[in-house]
Amino acid sequence: MPDANSLYGPLDPAPDAGWVEAGPRMGFFTDTSVCIGCKACEVACKEWNGVPDSGFDLLGMSYDNTGALTANSWRHVAFIEQPRPAGHRTPPFADNPTGPPVSAESAASAAGTVTDTGTVPGVPPGSPEAAARMAAGPEFLGMPGAQPPGRATGAETRSDFRWLMMSDVCKHCTHAACLDVCPTGSLFRTEFGTVVVQEDICNGCGYCISACPYGVIDQRKGDGRAWKCTLCYDRLGAGKTPACAQACPTESIQFGPLDELRERAAERVATLHDRGVPEARLYGHDPTDGVGGDGAFFLLLDEPEVYGLPPDPVVTTRDLPKMWKRAGVAALAMAAAAVAAFVGGSS
Amino acid sequence: MSPDRPAVGDLFRRFRERLAVEGPARPGEHGGHAPKAGRNGRRRGGGGEQLNVPPVEFTSYYGRPILKAPVWKWDIAAYLFSGGLAAGSSLLAAGGQLTGRPALRRAGRVTSLAAVSASTFFLIHDLGKPARFHHMLRVAKLTSPMSMGTWILSAFGPAAGVAAVAETAPRLPEHGLLGLGRKLLPPAGNAAGLLAAVTAPALATYTGVLLADTAVPSWHEAYPELPVIFAGSALASGAGVGLLAAPTGEAGPARRLAVAGAALELWGSHRVENRLGLLSEPYATGTAGKLLRAGRALTAAGVAGALAGRRSRMLSALSGGALLAASVCTRFGIFHGGVASARDPKYTVVPQRERAQRRAGQQPHVNGPGAGPNGG
Repeated sequence: MPDANSLYGPLDPAPDAGWVEAGPRMGFFTDTSVCIGCKACEVACKEWNGVPDSGFDLLGMSYDNTGALTANSWRHVAFIEQPRPAGHRTPPFADNPTGPPVSAESAASAAGTVTDTGTVPGVPPGSPEAAARMAAGPEFLGMPGAQPPGRATGAETRSDFRWLMMSDVCKHCTHAACLDVCPTGSLFRTEFGTVVVQEDICNGCGYCISACPYGVIDQRKGDGRAWKCTLCYDRLGAGKTPACAQACPTESIQFGPLDELRERAAERVATLHDRGVPEARLYGHDPTDGVGGDGAFFLLLDEPEVYGLPPDPVVTTRDLPKMWKRAGVAALAMAAAAVAAFVGGSS
Repeated sequence: MSPDRPAVGDLFRRFRERLAVEGPARPGEHGGHAPKAGRNGRRRGGGGEQLNVPPVEFTSYYGRPILKAPVWKWDIAAYLFSGGLAAGSSLLAAGGQLTGRPALRRAGRVTSLAAVSASTFFLIHDLGKPARFHHMLRVAKLTSPMSMGTWILSAFGPAAGVAAVAETAPRLPEHGLLGLGRKLLPPAGNAAGLLAAVTAPALATYTGVLLADTAVPSWHEAYPELPVIFAGSALASGAGVGLLAAPTGEAGPARRLAVAGAALELWGSHRVENRLGLLSEPYATGTAGKLLRAGRALTAAGVAGALAGRRSRMLSALSGGALLAASVCTRFGIFHGGVASARDPKYTVVPQRERAQRRAGQQPHVNGPGAGPNGG
């Protein structure tokens, strides 16, 4: 008998999927406040999992030349430059002349770059205005400069800025739409509560790609199959830490039992608030949210959409019973119309 | 990595140079959308749709899409049509069979087999690994509309096939092994035709759930209407086949089917184009808007022609063709509208922000994050 919360609401996913002797649910807590943007996680993931390259072009998105999570990038380090004092709000250029920031213009110009990631849909171009708001707030400030900040105009145009860096990954949702809609059973729930694609089963139907509310899973060109983070299922089975968490030099990526990580994250947010970082907030930690909580959750320093995360994702299967009912009603209407068309009338 | 790829940084340099040439007119010209994303955008003062709403402010990471747009190619939109056509024409055939209208029965059965064969081709052709199409038959999952659809199609396809093959019975010789076929095929075809007709409404409507059960904003939020639109579109296309193939004396049910189908289809598409607020926009603009408007016009013309052409074979056939074309336009329009809504982060961020703020008990207030110099 499936759990009443099988489609929506708080749930322990591994027992719900039929695992009898499941251990504690494992996951990631990614604390972006200590991320230094070294991309060791991206490299370690590619090395361990044999993930192909995702293009070597420069995107102009600060130091992010990966662009997004794709079938060929299972970790993605986001870089956001904002004209705003970092950390403890001690302006590093307090006594220096400052001028207009250029973050917004550079971000706007970077919105249009594309690179061949070897995947579909990969990293499509975006809206310059939305990019400018990401980097500077609500105003679109004008045209991008052709020179790096401060070089063309001298020191007086320099301004305080902060870097937001965040290593994004598959969220291993409690209610994973990708898994639920998969028509081949290729996607499955592991005993660790994570979600994994079986590459020998996937036939590239692409349904998971449309279903993911985070835009994580993606199709590899040529190969045709869908690929994403496995939370290093092979390493977990051997009692090891996933490659990205193992490689992270600042423990920004923490791996462990999800309950423990949630406690640790709550403490970390409280500490940051005490230290004068009121914008610190958790994302994906709440088992009552639209996807039943993420197996991989984050501590963020700005709104989720700034990092390319949906602000309030809801698993599509929440509404599935209502959808089937509507389809049933429509099917009955169709049958009734056909009967009436032949029975009624004179000709 | 391909050997003829441009040098590292080349794409960005070219992009920056183009920006420098185009100059500061760009933001105004493109009205909030990327240079290459014009398909999504309304352009201020430059053609396209003029909407009487202020541009919505939203934020996303370098303005890029948050969702991955569907990787389904045109095959899936074509399948939406051919699957519906197969369902509609098998209903027509069953009606013809039960009420003694042989022309409707024959046309319906043959079209149904042709359409369901085309559907199977489209579905397999769209797979990333077509050779693994049979992996669809490993499981049966209620949570996966595609899995349910596979099984519906597996029941419908063979039934439609037997029903269509049974139409060859009169051409078989009277004696020998084939003569046995001549005797056995008609009852087998009748049973199979009824089985296909029983499965047909499921085949025509599950595709609405197939599209709605995704994170694609304009598909998901349209879940109450999509099965209705597709049911209507399937009936109208089946009626189109009847009007094309049957003599005017037999085509009465097809005319009534056309009216019923058109009513369902027009009601549903009117609702998705108006009920969903911001998420209706993708259905009203761009390619999807053009297709849906064309679909509506063709449906209206088809129904008018079907009703006016009771005595004219020519007019009936023309209106049948119009109904079929309308169904194609509607399916491709709904398909493109959803894809456009996934490609533009606006449709992901703005409704979710509003929902989160409603829940937090605040006034809906869509704005950039508290990130700028004045924010936080």
